[in-house]
Amino acid sequence: MDHHYILRVISKMLIPPIMLYAFYVQFHGDFGPGGGFQAGVIFAVAFILYALVYGVDKLRMVLSPLVARAGMAVGVLIYAGTGTYSLFMGKNFLDYSALAEPGHAQHGQHLGILLVEAGVGLTVASVMVVIFLAFASRAPQIKDTDW
Amino acid sequence: MILRNLFAVVMLSGVFSLLSAALFVAMDAVDVAFTEAAVGAGISTVLMLGTLALTSREEKPATHSRALPLLVVFVTGAALLYGTMDLPPFGAPDTPVQLHVAPQYIERTPTEIGVPNIVTAVLASYRGFDTLGETAVVFVAGIAVIFLLHQSSRRRRDDDDKGEEEV
Repeated sequence: MDHHYILRVISKMLIPPIMLYAFYVQFHGDFGPGGGFQAGVIFAVAFILYALVYGVDKLRMVLSPLVARAGMAVGVLIYAGTGTYSLFMGKNFLDYSALAEPGHAQHGQHLGILLVEAGVGLTVASVMVVIFLAFASRAPQIKDTDW
Repeated sequence: MILRNLFAVVMLSGVFSLLSAALFVAMDAVDVAFTEAAVGAGISTVLMLGTLALTSREEKPATHSRALPLLVVFVTGAALLYGTMDLPPFGAPDTPVQLHVAPQYIERTPTEIGVPNIVTAVLASYRGFDTLGETAVVFVAGIAVIFLLHQSSRRRRDDDDKGEEEV
């Protein structure tokens, strides 16, 4: 892809807005369409676009595969941990009202939704990058003419 | 009519996904449309292209008759169309799904959860356990792909070295 100047410049300009948009989708999920699943996918797309244009090895230098693999587990851990915390606070599993003072159930719900959506987003983004890396790492270098 | 170039097939399925996303928007299911556009048209297409790079880019000619698969497709399609005859009209307020727990969610979300997007309230709070399961499914899928396709970086480097020697 060394000679595709337009692709390289445009994707370099696009990657930061894609990541910003992913965060918008993540944190605006309470108010409009969106949430952890969509935000995770959009965030992963930024990395995948980088790998498509600059090569998988460059992506490995930006994001270690070990970090991506750890992110998969940490996301589920955040989600399940939120539920377990409310269990320890004497409420039902995943009853987020346990996260706030008694009488402020809505605050607890907001915090709980924020936490579990963050967990979902982290897991989905990491899994997408890991799956892409698993496929792309095995592929031989393709010449442009092969397509 | 019969497309053997799998690259074109993957691209067409991506286009199909994007069009379905537009259809979901028209049916006021924006959250679903969002997911379809991001996952169906975006990531799936890239992963299918990755698979093509590992396998073949041309479909092999069929060695057996296609009459039976065609028949199965037509019978299934006819059964599905017949099934839609019994469905209530789109957007009807008295369908069973609108009368079960949905009114409860709509009534209780503003006071209990306090977020404007009821879809998020249902997904993350009322049905938080389901979503935990879905996240676990995504996690397990990632682990399965690692088990099936992962090459350790040491082995890959060995392959690279061999390749250079051959050159």
